[in-house]
Amino acid sequence: MKNKFVKAIFTIAMGSALLISCKPKNSGDAVSGDAAQKAYVAPGKYDEFYNFVSGGFSGQLSVYGLPSGRLFRVIPVFSVDPEKGYGYNEETKPMLNTSHGFVPWDDLHHTEMSQTNGEVDGRWVFGNANNTPRIARIDLKTFTTKEIIELPNSAGNHSSPFITENTEYVVAGTRFSVPADNSNGDVPINTYKKNFKGHLSFVKVGKEGQMDIAFQIQCPGVNFDLSHAGKGKSHGWFFFSCYNTEQANTLLEVNASQKDKDFIMAVNWKKAEEYIKAGKGKLTPTKYAHNVYNESTHTATSEIKTQVLILDSKELKDICYMIPCPKSPHGCDVDPTGEYIVGSGKLAALIPVFSFDKLQNAIKNKQFEGEYDGIPVVKYEAALHGEVQKPGLGPLHTEFDGKGNAYTTFFVSSEVVKWDIKSLKVLDRVPTYYSVGHLCIPGGDSKKPFGKYLIAYNKITKDRYLPTGPELAQSAQIFDISGDKMQLILDFPTIGEPHYAQAAPADLIRNNGQLKFYKLDDNKHPFVTKGEKETKVVRNGKRVDVYMTCIRSHFSPDNIEGIKMGDEVYFHITNLEQDWDVPHGFAIKGASTAELLIMPGETSTLKWSPDRVGMFPFYCTDFCSALHQEMQGYLRVSPAGSNVPLTYSLGTNLPAPDQK
Amino acid sequence: MKTQKITLLSKALLLMVAALFAGSLFVPMWRIELEAPQYPEGLVLQLFANKIGGDVDIINGLNHYIGMSTLHTENFPEFKVLPVVFGLFALVSLLLIFINKRKGVKIFLFTYIGFILLAAADFYRWNYEYGHNLDPNAAIKVPGMAYQPPLLGYKQLLNFGAYSIPDTGGWLMTGAAVLLLFIVVKEYNLLKKKQ
Ligand SMILES: [Cu+2]
Repeated sequence: MKNKFVKAIFTIAMGSALLISCKPKNSGDAVSGDAAQKAYVAPGKYDEFYNFVSGGFSGQLSVYGLPSGRLFRVIPVFSVDPEKGYGYNEETKPMLNTSHGFVPWDDLHHTEMSQTNGEVDGRWVFGNANNTPRIARIDLKTFTTKEIIELPNSAGNHSSPFITENTEYVVAGTRFSVPADNSNGDVPINTYKKNFKGHLSFVKVGKEGQMDIAFQIQCPGVNFDLSHAGKGKSHGWFFFSCYNTEQANTLLEVNASQKDKDFIMAVNWKKAEEYIKAGKGKLTPTKYAHNVYNESTHTATSEIKTQVLILDSKELKDICYMIPCPKSPHGCDVDPTGEYIVGSGKLAALIPVFSFDKLQNAIKNKQFEGEYDGIPVVKYEAALHGEVQKPGLGPLHTEFDGKGNAYTTFFVSSEVVKWDIKSLKVLDRVPTYYSVGHLCIPGGDSKKPFGKYLIAYNKITKDRYLPTGPELAQSAQIFDISGDKMQLILDFPTIGEPHYAQAAPADLIRNNGQLKFYKLDDNKHPFVTKGEKETKVVRNGKRVDVYMTCIRSHFSPDNIEGIKMGDEVYFHITNLEQDWDVPHGFAIKGASTAELLIMPGETSTLKWSPDRVGMFPFYCTDFCSALHQEMQGYLRVSPAGSNVPLTYSLGTNLPAPDQK
Repeated sequence: MKTQKITLLSKALLLMVAALFAGSLFVPMWRIELEAPQYPEGLVLQLFANKIGGDVDIINGLNHYIGMSTLHTENFPEFKVLPVVFGLFALVSLLLIFINKRKGVKIFLFTYIGFILLAAADFYRWNYEYGHNLDPNAAIKVPGMAYQPPLLGYKQLLNFGAYSIPDTGGWLMTGAAVLLLFIVVKEYNLLKKKQ
């Protein structure tokens, strides 16, 4: 009894001492004199890089400049956004359709840029919806979401959307294993080992970016966490970190932390392709949505697909191999040469680095220590290049600078550690504020990193910014890594909880055919109005279609009468401008959907059901010109049975019978 | 004792003059560049022999604020006449080689100078017309303000700076004038001191 008490006191004292000694130095100590200069981008000057940062639980993607940390744009992907009408206007509503119906929100965790020959090419950014599993493609010509595909047989789409070196596939591994869609899900939860399966999805990407689930691999029920594609010599392989190989279904924080080693699963997707050609895949019924935004009709369509091709990892022995990895691995990163695979056991006190060549030898010589649910398990030492000793506490993610160095984030010890990939020696370490998760080096997971900056995405920012209530700013930090020592040059707040991010040289994207405006002549929207002379209002029963145009500084028509209670009014508004940076907005008093934000040459549709009789002003919400405030109009709503004729006009007053 | 004919060199030069006239049919003659803080990339209006080019739609959109009428190629009879005139000039230059009389070149030079003066006067007239003939219902009215672009050079028009300068075709035409002048000077020995 007494002994226990002393022990407890001792533990608390030691714990406090550890905490105090671990307390990071303040920013004054960490920032050296020329930091401000290195992060400074003069007014009117462009940033060197675009940084595409996941918005975490905001479901959006934010775009920052590097090294300034300036926020340029928030791109709605999986969450409705009233600012842009995304998910509210008729054109974009189908983008958020799923097999569960309209899901207006998601948890966007990771971003991945398209690559050609293993180098970022500036065409698209992919993002994952973690909650209701989906993958989105964002087009960098317009910085808008162009396509979203739902993933069947999945739950918690976490190891996603990582890509192969020519953007052949975007992959997605399920975090939660669940009973397959075509099996009965109404089973006792504690039959996890028997009934729950993990599916990996390989989504084919076409020349124009169009996505299609080529196949899924059915794997044992574990939690797939993160992944990265092989490159160079390991092109054709994919690596996934797995935890909960204990296959627990309750209190995972204890029950999934039992084993000293979990796995990194190596998947030979070229072999999988061969099996598909040989007819080994099974078409399995399921249901998932595929949503595509058409650039010439400015309208998205949603299609529900009903089957998916599945390969069974248990049957086809040489697609998947397990590599033991200490302990509860999180990050799974492949170096620019494609030879080294870095596992990050988040509970491990070292970083294991595996060798692709050794893995191939081990497979060839059958250096297996057994099977895991039908999948061969390679001997740890047979695949191991070596271990980074005492790197820090809680390794999560690693990126590379292309000069033979790796940079790993440590969540528990709140730092970034630089180490040599070959010798595995620790070279440098810097504190982060605080609890860093992912990190990004522009091109840092490609064959050609631009090893100049490193951005750390932190989970906690206590004392770093002015407090904003219980919820504080999310944060990123930029380090200059061009020298031997990492140097902190800037802190900047972010939206949502930043997870993974990607970055590319600004010129690569700007010179990749970036769009300035939509050509009116090419506008194939079914309700387009190409000139003021074509504007009209058409009634068809209770449906009223308003073909409206806007140009600086008026709408045509701007007086509409004859709308009645019970009508469903569709405002199809075409922005006639053909000039860069002249969007117009559209809003109606009391509209319960959102505003519209219409780009030059674009058509957008707002659906509106009047809720009362009376006069409803509408106006432009985007300050477009000196006469923006004059850009307005009126809608008159009459009772249901009223005989007010449907009329519309611009610039001419109709005779007013009661004002003679 | 002096011949009235022209030298071989002058004939070669006349051939070039013909080419310059013909060439200017296909390139813009004149340009008006507009600059404003909100148009950092600049706007340009180009006058070809047969049409208006450049950012006409954007400029027309802007003009409506101050009540300037919009520009449309079909409203200018000049665009019907000018290609014919340039074509004729090219043809005459060729003919002069065969006519082979120095007096012919002299007359052509003076005709050409006359044409340039006339064209400048016409351009000025249009500029004046567009700059002054404003819609009384215009949204922006600045007392005493006219929006007449300069004939040549720079002028500030409210928030826009306007440069009116020759474009490629203009320089080709200038080249033609210089060559013609050179031929006349040479053929009449104007630079030689009188005995
Ligand atoms: Cu407007």
